[in-house]
Order: sequence, then C-alpha cells, then structure tokens
Amino acid sequence: MSEGMLSNRKPETGAFFQRDREWHPQAYTPWYKTSVLRSPQKALLSLDNTLSEITGPVFGHNILGALDNDLIHNFAKPGESAIGPRIIVYGRVLDERGRGVPGALLEFWQANAGGRYRHKKEGYIAPLDPNFGGCGRTITDEDGGYVLRTVQPGPYPWPNGPNDWRPAHIHFSIFGHGFAQRLITQMYFEGDPMIPLCPIVKTINDPAAISDLTAALDMSATTPMDSRAYKFDIVLRGRRSTLFENRLEGN
Amino acid sequence: MVQPLNRFKESASQTAGPYVHIGLTPNFSEINGVYPHDLGSSMVNDKTRGKRIAITGRVLDGTGTPLRDALVEIWQADADGLYNSPSEMRGAADPNFTGWGRCATDMVSGEFRFETVKPGRVPFNDGRLMAPHVTFWIVARGINIGLHTRMYFGDEDAANAEDPVLARIEHRVRLPTLVAEPVEGGYRFDIHLQGEKETVFFDI
Ligand SMILES: [Fe+3]
Repeated sequence: MSEGMLSNRKPETGAFFQRDREWHPQAYTPWYKTSVLRSPQKALLSLDNTLSEITGPVFGHNILGALDNDLIHNFAKPGESAIGPRIIVYGRVLDERGRGVPGALLEFWQANAGGRYRHKKEGYIAPLDPNFGGCGRTITDEDGGYVLRTVQPGPYPWPNGPNDWRPAHIHFSIFGHGFAQRLITQMYFEGDPMIPLCPIVKTINDPAAISDLTAALDMSATTPMDSRAYKFDIVLRGRRSTLFENRLEGN
Repeated sequence: MVQPLNRFKESASQTAGPYVHIGLTPNFSEINGVYPHDLGSSMVNDKTRGKRIAITGRVLDGTGTPLRDALVEIWQADADGLYNSPSEMRGAADPNFTGWGRCATDMVSGEFRFETVKPGRVPFNDGRLMAPHVTFWIVARGINIGLHTRMYFGDEDAANAEDPVLARIEHRVRLPTLVAEPVEGGYRFDIHLQGEKETVFFDI
C-alpha cells in the first residue's frame, strides 16, 4: 500500500454523503430468487461516518503487473490471445461532486466471448477459452481515468427463472479513499436488448440508474482495425468538505 | 426555480454474483499466473506490533445454511488504534500492518479466516473512545448491495458498555450479534443475514 498517487492533494477527512438507498437496489428482490434468503429483513442502523468508515486502504501502482488491465493477454500463452470481439473500456472514477478520484483500485471480471466463466461451479455448455482467464485490475490516474482491454463478454443463461439470461456485462469492484465508498457494480453495453429483461438489472428501480451503468459505444476512442471502445464512468460517494477546521473531523 | 446542486448520483450497486472470486481472489479460484497472490490475503508480517489473533466465522442465510460463495473484507485500526490510510491524521500507523483483509468463504465449510492483530481503540466523532472493533463488508450472489457491519470483542465488556455506536442499538437483544466470542487463538464471529439472530447491519 502506498499513498504515492495522492501526494499533491490535501488528505480527505470529511464524512461521505449519505447513500441514497432508493437509488440502489433493495436487499429483498424476490424476482432475483437468491436474494430471498440472503436479504436482511430488519432496518439498517444509520450512522454518521466515524474514522472507521472515513479511512480506507489505498493501493499503490507497485501491485500492478504490466498486463493486469489487458484481459486479452494476461492469461494467454505467449504469442496467443483471447478469442472474441476486441474492445477497450475506458472512463473515469468520479465522486458525487464530479471530481476525479485518483488512485482508486478497480478490479473487474467477466465471462468469455461465449458467455462462459472460468469457474468450478459454472456449468454452461459454452466452451472455455484456453487463453482467457477473465480477471483484471488497474488503478486510476491523477484525473481518475482508467483503461482496460478485453473481449466483449457473451450473454449467458443462469438458473433463476426457467429461461433467464444475463445481458453482456463486466463486473467492477471499486476502492475509493474511504471504506464507506466500497462498491461492486456491473457495466452493461449500449444497445443490448437483454438489459431490460434481466432480473438482476431489475433490482434497480430507477431507469436513470440503469442508464448510468450502461457504457456508450465510442467510435472516436477505438483503435482502428483492432478494437472498438466503450466509455464507462463510475461514480463513488462524495465527501463533505471540512468547512470548519476547528470541528472534529467527520462531523 | 433555484440553483441546481449539480450532484452526480453514485453508481448503483449490483450483486457481486456467483463468480466474484474470479475477480477478487483469482488464485483461490485456481486462476493462477495472472497475479502473484490474492490481494488482502495477508494483513501482518513478522514485525507487526500487537496481539496476534485469528478471526474465523461464517455468513449464514435465512435457513442457517452457511454461504459457500461469499466474499468478506475487513478493515481495522492497528494495535495503537491508528488506520493505515492517507485519511488518518492522528499519526502514522504501523507500517507492517495493512489493516485490510479479504477472504473468500470456504467452498465446503463456508468458513472465513483472518490472521490479524487486536485493534486499539479509535475515537468517535465527539472524541469519546469507541471499543475495539473490526469493520466487515460482505458481498455474495443474492446480496444486491454490500453489507457493512462491525465486530466487537467478547472480552471487552467495559469498553463495549461505553461504546457510542453500540449505544445506538435500540433493541438491546440484538447487541450480541455484533460481539465475537473469544476462542482459542482468537475470536469467532458468525454473521446472520436473516432470522432471529440477524446481525445488525449499518447504513454508513
Ligand atoms: Fe456475471
């Protein structure tokens, strides 16, 4: 762990804006069946952030390998590459005030181009790609920017209803600067007709929140004759500024 | 009309799904060779100060069945009550302690296990000391947004009795859901997602 990336910024000690629990999915969403027995039934205990939530681990670029953000090559045999439509995914990690979040650790995972995950418990008949592992990671730059290269994942069926399919998606896990910002979400692809059919997408009530998880095709960011590009910005909770320095932090 | 506040909305959470381990603990999922080791698999080294403890437990669903596909992260202060974070303004935390751990629950038993140290006390926002505690964050298939809770220590009765966060729990019968049981070598902390023993989860 290192704070290298954050060096020319003032340390942030404010509490985070309250989470909008109507905007996020509710815990109990019976059309997504697994949530039924895994959703807390009692009210959450609301708490202003303390130091335990305002602080969080920060990761340095020294943890990254050269191919960590290149899923086409990071599991492939030398000289080979993963099969599927080659894409670049790029964007920024912002906070709710629109400021870039530098030094954020992004970890991502996905199915291969056929919709198959490299996992013991995965039984879909689509074949594994011997050159595709399905995981990657990166750390945002000084402006909160990031980029990764991968193959577009395929949609896949999953046991929920008799014929439920996930739209093509990439899972993202994000560390900001405070543990209260911890977030896992999924990126969907512009124009995918499977998005509105998906029970997991439907755990989100507000169509605007679903749009915010849908990456736009960006032909201006493509690599000609190589990869198309999708732009996906991620927003983490913003912090209250410490307006009065003589007050205790976080309050 | 008034001036707009120009706030962005936080990206909506989506479940971590059944294959979260591919992304967050790939070596555990037998995807080897991409990263040298899984992040968060080691919190301490030979030089870490403080009392070594192991925290073990399970995450249980509404039928009492342990989740075998969950992922648990913890975040805690060092033995002196300092966080290893740029937002920690009170001093430098033990450089040999990360304060952060990540563990996939075992695919057979559902157990998680963290080798760590007992944290020191950290001040609440009004300056009172909180009791030693560890912050937990739980994600899994079927959990739509990561669950935050805290683990307190069963051998800290006096500190727990004056903890300002525990004091906020209106239904005192639920307080034991946040208190880990001392066992040989550490503490045991089971997290109940539902039912009579449902753990107190936080909106923080
Ligand atoms: Fe998935």
